Amino acid sequence: MRAMRTLAALACSLVLRGVEASDSRISFQTPQTLIAQDIVDLHTWIMVIIIVIFVAVFGVMFYAVFRHRKSLGHKARPFHENTTVEVLWTVIPALILAVMAWPAAKVVLAQKDSRGATITIKATGYQWFWGYDYVDYGFGYKSKLATPRKQIDNTQDKDPHYLLEVDEPLVVPVGQKVRILTTSNDVIHSWAMPAFGVKQDAIPGFIRDTWFKAEREGTFRGQCSELCGQDHGFMPIVVKVVSAAQFQDYVSHKQAQAKANADDPNKIWAMADLVARGQKVYEANCQACHQASGMGSGPFPALVNSKIATGPVQGHLHIVLHGKNAMPAWQGLSDTEIAAVITYERNHFNHVGDLLQPKDVKLARK
Amino acid sequence: MTASTETLHLQHADHQAHSGAHGWRRWLYATNHKDIGTLYLWFSFTMFLLGGTMALGIRAELFQPGLQFWHPEFFNQLTTLHGIIMVFGAIMPAFTGLANWMLPLMLGAPDMAFARMNNWSFWLLPPAAALLVISLFVPGGAPAGGWTLYPPLSIQAGMGMDLAIFAIHLLGLSSIMGSINIVTTVLNMRAPGMTLLKMPMFAWTSLVTAYLLIAVAPVLAGAVTMLLTDRHFGTHFFKAAGGGDPVLFQHIFWFFGHPEVYIMALPAFGIVSQILPTFARKPLFGYVSMVYAVCSIAILSFMVWAHHMFAVGLPATAQLFFMFMTMLIAVPTGVKVFNWIATMWQGEMTFETPMLFAIGFVCLFTVGGFSGLVLSIAPIDIQMTDTYYVVAHFHYVLVAGALFSLFGATYYWLPKWTGHMYNEKLGKLHFWWSMIWFNVTFFPMHFLGLAGMPRRIPDYPLQFTDFNSVASVGAFCFGLGQLLFLYNVINTIRGGAGRAPARPWEGAHTLEWEVASPAPHHTWETPPDEALVKKGLRAQLLDQDHE
Repeated sequence: MRAMRTLAALACSLVLRGVEASDSRISFQTPQTLIAQDIVDLHTWIMVIIIVIFVAVFGVMFYAVFRHRKSLGHKARPFHENTTVEVLWTVIPALILAVMAWPAAKVVLAQKDSRGATITIKATGYQWFWGYDYVDYGFGYKSKLATPRKQIDNTQDKDPHYLLEVDEPLVVPVGQKVRILTTSNDVIHSWAMPAFGVKQDAIPGFIRDTWFKAEREGTFRGQCSELCGQDHGFMPIVVKVVSAAQFQDYVSHKQAQAKANADDPNKIWAMADLVARGQKVYEANCQACHQASGMGSGPFPALVNSKIATGPVQGHLHIVLHGKNAMPAWQGLSDTEIAAVITYERNHFNHVGDLLQPKDVKLARK
Repeated sequence: MTASTETLHLQHADHQAHSGAHGWRRWLYATNHKDIGTLYLWFSFTMFLLGGTMALGIRAELFQPGLQFWHPEFFNQLTTLHGIIMVFGAIMPAFTGLANWMLPLMLGAPDMAFARMNNWSFWLLPPAAALLVISLFVPGGAPAGGWTLYPPLSIQAGMGMDLAIFAIHLLGLSSIMGSINIVTTVLNMRAPGMTLLKMPMFAWTSLVTAYLLIAVAPVLAGAVTMLLTDRHFGTHFFKAAGGGDPVLFQHIFWFFGHPEVYIMALPAFGIVSQILPTFARKPLFGYVSMVYAVCSIAILSFMVWAHHMFAVGLPATAQLFFMFMTMLIAVPTGVKVFNWIATMWQGEMTFETPMLFAIGFVCLFTVGGFSGLVLSIAPIDIQMTDTYYVVAHFHYVLVAGALFSLFGATYYWLPKWTGHMYNEKLGKLHFWWSMIWFNVTFFPMHFLGLAGMPRRIPDYPLQFTDFNSVASVGAFCFGLGQLLFLYNVINTIRGGAGRAPARPWEGAHTLEWEVASPAPHHTWETPPDEALVKKGLRAQLLDQDHE
């Protein structure tokens, strides 16, 4: 079987040399895991079979089309069945399927076997970014699109990694089995990394797992692969594979940072600080729909002078926490972030309103 | 008394013209299978243009990276409505329309079994279409969660989703009634001597399709009703917060959805099995094995649904089971393709427009079948699912498959419907134009998918630019070319290339060619005699040696 696959790969690389050369535009991204390599091999093997069948079937058909035509004076021979032929072309395809199914089944089993991972990371889908929690190391962060809005709106030249860059990538060590637990905060997302041969839906209320073992260091890029609302196309996944030593440094750095950065939910904030913090939260989470001007767009309502942003603060808080229609529930933000963004919305856009403290948010969550 | 008898006589004499109501009443109160067939076909063509316009909206946005025309939310509305409208509004009603027009003619029956129900099943469609269109204008806009309507995204949506749910209810009701009509007509109203295994293949595929629809339309209705109650009445079928499971919806949806794929493919098989023998001037090869293939595809289609869900995280055993079952479908599908080729083999082929579309169908459906085979391999599917590879695959089977067969059917039977020949040159131009631009549009999508471009995104990374631009150019050319078809049909109705004889195709032998062109308003009021039925069967069954 191995020999057959090598042969198939060889044949296909001859046929598709041009294809393989211009990696990631016309064919698979260069595989970085053994599973991804298995998938490419399987695909090559199946393409070889398909091309053989294709040539045979189309050859016979076009021979008939060009030779057995009335304009050449060909006369119809009205045969209409032949049991031998019909049995053959039922049985032979079934046998061909068997030689496709066997290697495929082996890859299925390998792909599902997530035992023995050295690191476990929880990937949570949010509308519209990813959150990563290093459950073994006690820190986590959000990973958001880093492409500037202006590039999306075509007012600035696009970076080479347009829509495939994030503010904070997932960092993992090379050569170790990493288990990814996926779940979601709102709707179904899908955590996909083509170079690793990984795609696993992130389903709210459920935890699913997948795994990979990257063979090389480098930065690899994927995108959310399940329609999750308006910014589905704007929540990339970037994985940085580093050496074991670099990974250890990274972990200690993140742990220290997490300790330093932890917002104290009981802290009492001053208006100016909270508005400044809120602006950052707004830009990262709200601006895509409600726009920097607060005027909204399309189906997304304006905040400027809206009943919610200028009415009772409890109503404002409720809608941010629980969502409504296209507005997602923002439970995934921290108390401080929610307090900041609400305060920002009520004291920006020429609004003059209340100051909401994190502890009030904490109370409202209960 | 005398007067009314005279009217009666006149009406009998005036058989050629339609009896009963005239003007709009003829259509609104229609109970004649030909009138209803015509309504279905025009409705579906209108929906095809509407859904096609939305597709062009999608392709315009994807011509270049960056956001050009639409807000992402509206882009999602376009993809969703395009899917729902094409599946439920264009393709399915077109096949029901063809079944309405042709089944009684082909089987030697005077009409469909339930004439009034037939009227009702058509007239449910326009309100359903209206609901879908209106949804664009309600607060929150049209549904934007994809035609698959996966929760929780579809639970979040605005009231456009409710309108879509009601539209799906109506469309489902219409399909079920249409199917009951087809089943009853085929089983009970065949001319004497036409046993089940002597029916034209189109009757067989319509029959099996109708059974599939009766089985799965209620499943979809149940799924969307559960969505509705989750949205408004506090149930938690699909909400994890209340103990529900979002994936449950996918299981139910695809239990409908996979047979649905064959609901759109089987009638196309039937049409091609009518057209190829006609223009090859040879009986259909392997008639009985074709029937078995159709039936086994239909049965297998109930056992493969989870291959749409390999990325949700199924247990390994389920992945293996659904992978093997899916691969198995290649066997009967292959049998059909081989039979079609054997039908052409040693034929006496001519290449009028219907034949071109039928051969185009066989070629491109086979390509779509190959990409389906690639996708059936679970590990590869995990790499490809929700990428443009899937988009390429299902457009090969639905556009080059279902739609091309519908074009072929229209050219094939247009002389019977209108009494006029269509313009052959324009027809051929339409075929080659569609064939070329279809491939320019959809073939590059295989590469986009392999390279990892997710579907349903309004903007994309730069390495996907070239193929997207090509696909967009192709889509606009393909779309504009369909106006040729519209022109050709209207022109044919108005006289076209002259009067059509009752049997415009030398090799056509089924019963519909025994009646005049255009087909009189009422046909086969007395069933054709057995000799005629037997003569009609020559093309599909009997060797010249046997005669």
